[in-house]
Amino acid sequence: MESFKIAIVGAGPAGLSAAARASELDRKANLGSPGHVLLEGFGAHAKTIQRYQKGKHVMAEPGFLDLRSDVRFAAGSRERILEGWREDLARLRVNVRFNAEVTRISGARGAFTVHLGDGTSLLAENVVLAIGLEGNPRKLGCPGDELDVVQYQLDDPREYRDETIFVVGAGDSAIENALGLSEQNDVWIINRGKEFSRAKEGNLSAVLGAISDDRSRLGCHYESSIKQLRRADEAGPAWVAELQTPGGLVTVGCDRVIARLGAIPPRRFVESIGIEFPNDRADAIPGLSAEYESNVPGIYVIGALAGYPLIKQAINQGHDVVEFIHGNRIKPADHSLLEQRFLALPYEMDADTSIRQFQLRIPMFRQLNALAFRELIIESVMIAAYPAGALYDEARKRVRTAVDKLAASGRAPRVTRIIREGDTIYEPGDFGTSFYTIVDGEVTLEVPGSPSGAVTMVRGEFFGEMSLLSGRPRLERAVAGVACVVVETPRRTMVKLMSSNEEVREGIDWIFVVRELQRHFVPAAPFRELKDMAARVTSRKYKAGELVYAEGHKGECLFVVRSGGIALTRLRGDADAMVAQVRAGEVIGQMALMGDPMRRESATATVASELLEIRRPEFGELMRRKDAQLGPLQDSVSQMLVENARMQVRPEAGSVMSFLMDQGLGEATDVLVINEDLCVGCDNCEKACAETHDGVSRLDREAGATFAKVHIPIACRHCEQPHCMKDCPPNAIRRSETGEVYIDDTCIGCGNCESNCPYDVIKMVYEAPEKPGLLSWLFFGAGDGPGEQPGYKPTEAAKARGRKAVKCDACIGLAGGPACVRACPTGAALRLGPEQFIDLVEERKR
Amino acid sequence: MIHESLLKYRNARFLWQALALMVLSIGLYLTQGGVRVPSGGTWQGYILGTIGALLIVWLALLGVRKRAYASSLGTVQGWTSAHVYLGSALLLVATLHSAGQFGWNVHTFAYVLMCLVILSGFVGVYAYASIPQWISENHAGGNRPELFSELFALNRQLQLLAVKSEAAIQLAVTSSIERTAIGGDVAAQLFGRDRSRFIRSGTASSGSEAVLSGNEDQQQIIDFVAARLPRADKAAEVPNLHELVLFLCRRQSVLRRIRRDIRLRAWLQLWLYVHVPLSVALLVALVVHILTTFMYW
Repeated sequence: MESFKIAIVGAGPAGLSAAARASELDRKANLGSPGHVLLEGFGAHAKTIQRYQKGKHVMAEPGFLDLRSDVRFAAGSRERILEGWREDLARLRVNVRFNAEVTRISGARGAFTVHLGDGTSLLAENVVLAIGLEGNPRKLGCPGDELDVVQYQLDDPREYRDETIFVVGAGDSAIENALGLSEQNDVWIINRGKEFSRAKEGNLSAVLGAISDDRSRLGCHYESSIKQLRRADEAGPAWVAELQTPGGLVTVGCDRVIARLGAIPPRRFVESIGIEFPNDRADAIPGLSAEYESNVPGIYVIGALAGYPLIKQAINQGHDVVEFIHGNRIKPADHSLLEQRFLALPYEMDADTSIRQFQLRIPMFRQLNALAFRELIIESVMIAAYPAGALYDEARKRVRTAVDKLAASGRAPRVTRIIREGDTIYEPGDFGTSFYTIVDGEVTLEVPGSPSGAVTMVRGEFFGEMSLLSGRPRLERAVAGVACVVVETPRRTMVKLMSSNEEVREGIDWIFVVRELQRHFVPAAPFRELKDMAARVTSRKYKAGELVYAEGHKGECLFVVRSGGIALTRLRGDADAMVAQVRAGEVIGQMALMGDPMRRESATATVASELLEIRRPEFGELMRRKDAQLGPLQDSVSQMLVENARMQVRPEAGSVMSFLMDQGLGEATDVLVINEDLCVGCDNCEKACAETHDGVSRLDREAGATFAKVHIPIACRHCEQPHCMKDCPPNAIRRSETGEVYIDDTCIGCGNCESNCPYDVIKMVYEAPEKPGLLSWLFFGAGDGPGEQPGYKPTEAAKARGRKAVKCDACIGLAGGPACVRACPTGAALRLGPEQFIDLVEERKR
Repeated sequence: MIHESLLKYRNARFLWQALALMVLSIGLYLTQGGVRVPSGGTWQGYILGTIGALLIVWLALLGVRKRAYASSLGTVQGWTSAHVYLGSALLLVATLHSAGQFGWNVHTFAYVLMCLVILSGFVGVYAYASIPQWISENHAGGNRPELFSELFALNRQLQLLAVKSEAAIQLAVTSSIERTAIGGDVAAQLFGRDRSRFIRSGTASSGSEAVLSGNEDQQQIIDFVAARLPRADKAAEVPNLHELVLFLCRRQSVLRRIRRDIRLRAWLQLWLYVHVPLSVALLVALVVHILTTFMYW
């Protein structure tokens, strides 16, 4: 059997780079035969990028990270990058085997047996897994599915003309392919089910419209599947498919079959090798050492599977992992980034010592593997407070000199943020969602209006978890204390960490529950006395539309809304009338524990929500404490009762409120609302948007729903927990301190945010070309005048840069606020926060 | 609702400012007298004229502010509110400036132009205050694209039903869809004139010729199909005809709403086509008026 020092599985960016490094090290060692092998199940390298559409522009984010590899990589077209790597493979004499699918890996470090799809196997001392997350496309699973007639991707639907094509699948990609092809081909969708249950709203209506339209060339076989494919005997289409339909077996000719059945995630294969995942979540990442080694000694994991979705990170890891396997203790490519983060800390330690120290100081992060902690620090910002005066000035100077030096080499580094002792880190009402960990000194948290006054926190403790978990603005003021050094970690990083690490999640959950208990019931109670209680409070998740409790039932608990939104409704006649909308951070159902056991209203989640359930015994225990705060709780109940009753006597206001909640405004923070009685349809709002945003409007006035003269156009609502931010590889979607959610210029155009947004407010567009000025339009009729030019033609340069995501940024940099509102001549357009929704339905007092 | 109309903008603050300007102008006018009769040539007349001229220029600048999208100089709504009230006050200011001295000259021409601009502005204010409500009620929660997609869906349904009918009905229904006219020139939009047609032909038994006949408001096609109902040759046709009539009536209703939408939007914009060109003409006439005044001083 052949034997290698390193077997690399997967020829994506990470695997290519690892193999290239291994080949270079082999060459330097003058080995007679290669000590490495690169195994790829597909017929070419970089399968995922091969599947991109033709000419797609591939970005090289993050810009602050240097490339360290033997293979080349810079932003450019898909073709150029693929061609470059193909040349590198040959130039570096990489021992690559295509169509060599790895089916099983057995053995231990020094003697792994790698079993391949063709039945052969080979020996390897070490294995590097670089298989990514895409997985292999699901096959048709019928006789003939290996024939040329079947393809699993579609580059350009316009390549085909007047063919009969079957598209198999019912997801978005199947629908988009089918719609694109049906413009000049006869297309049949083969749908195993009775409907398109997984499709996006827009795709769903488009495909149903096209299927029912007699003039379109698209049809659908429901509850059908392909039983067999074979070459045709007679003239006509080249292939014959046997379809299993509800009406029986049908034989039809076709030219092409496109299977879009999704992919098989690689997790089961990875687990079969013995690699452990921390939990069952779909986004869980296997635990790894600082040298990318998994819990199985000798097996290393790099790239997207290790939690690094960007190409450049994966390439760097490929290089480093091979060095590590060869025993070279090199510093990772991101070492300089770490040094920049630590630039002006008040310590005389090198970066590696500092990071080890920090990890030991924070109990919650102690269990984390070193790699994950390093990643956390690199994605975070260090904040250091100095006493005002010479020390502070000196530190500022040090940072400025370093920044200038790095800026000269064309980079914008993230360095230590220097503040003065006594400066505020954030204010109540700020929209930050980042999470803070204290590594040194102290920080004071002041809750305005709280009788307990300020709380001082020390080394190892953390704060800011409420906004992190709920997306709501900050409630307290955080003030830097003596000699404080704080790690500020962005939400995205924390969410990733929480889904891959049980301890971190539990730690943050616990502190969140304790602080909510303090805030609502016992402000002065010390932490440790609430620890037991917090463990007995359950957190429950509700889907949008799910019932939390029903009117007329006896209640045994109250709920604190942790995230999302709740609608309270009362039955009037046989319809529900809405009486209140409740947001994260508020309490519902407390009446049941305060004298009226019967629920007087039903509570339903308006969006996906998470609630803390506090039962009667725990509530009793809290209220029996000497420091219990019953008065304000009772006051808030009385106030709520009045508000609910006022809403109930005005059912029309309740139905407008229900409409707003149905439009998803339960999670909105800033939404454009148009009064139809005032709107003259001049579209000056859209024009203003386009004119202040590079010629592309981010709002669609006419589209969107209307009820009782309230029109909600298609425009960003700046959600509490933005869906768009969930899965942005370069972390280009950000939230400003004042709440605006915006996309910065590191967008790589992947389109994840566009498909994640449930409100369709993100567009993927080319840059709009320059327009003639206002005056030349006014006097000489040049161009179409102000606003977005419908169907504009992008320049070649804009096309080369590719489509980028654009969305409303609530005119974040514009003095005077959103241009759409300020450009409305009649006052029909307003942007409202959730606290103003009630004004929208309120009767005028006058 | 929390929204504020442009007339009520900030407790109608520009209404009060306009009223104050008007009171001031009347006061100024009344101080004229003595030897010289009130006219544009007294010092009071000059002040009133200057105020009027400045007002006209400022009122015209709304067109610039409206397109200065990044400007933080007030909101367009505030500007429009002020435009309406101060524009109305201009009528009084300029009339006092003229002191009722009219003639067949360039001065009176400028005055008449100004009155036309202001009157068309009043029409605009009325249009903006009332037509959006009618449009919104006409939509009943939808919008124009939705009305059209409903229309196209009904077209498809009708075509499917028509295929199952006898030839004359099929031809009539299909042609009524193909020859439905929506919108058209300015007059057609403003008055909702309907030039729809359909092909009327006899049945196989009567054998008369096919003629293109009018189909205003889709009424004739409905009557044509309904007339076939009691005369159906086969009992099996009756349910199909019933359904055709029902769908034709639904289509009639949707078409009425579309036409009403087109008509209302046309009226909503009509006044601007008078107001804006006349404003430009007024600016020119104003310059001529001022130049000639000083030339023949």
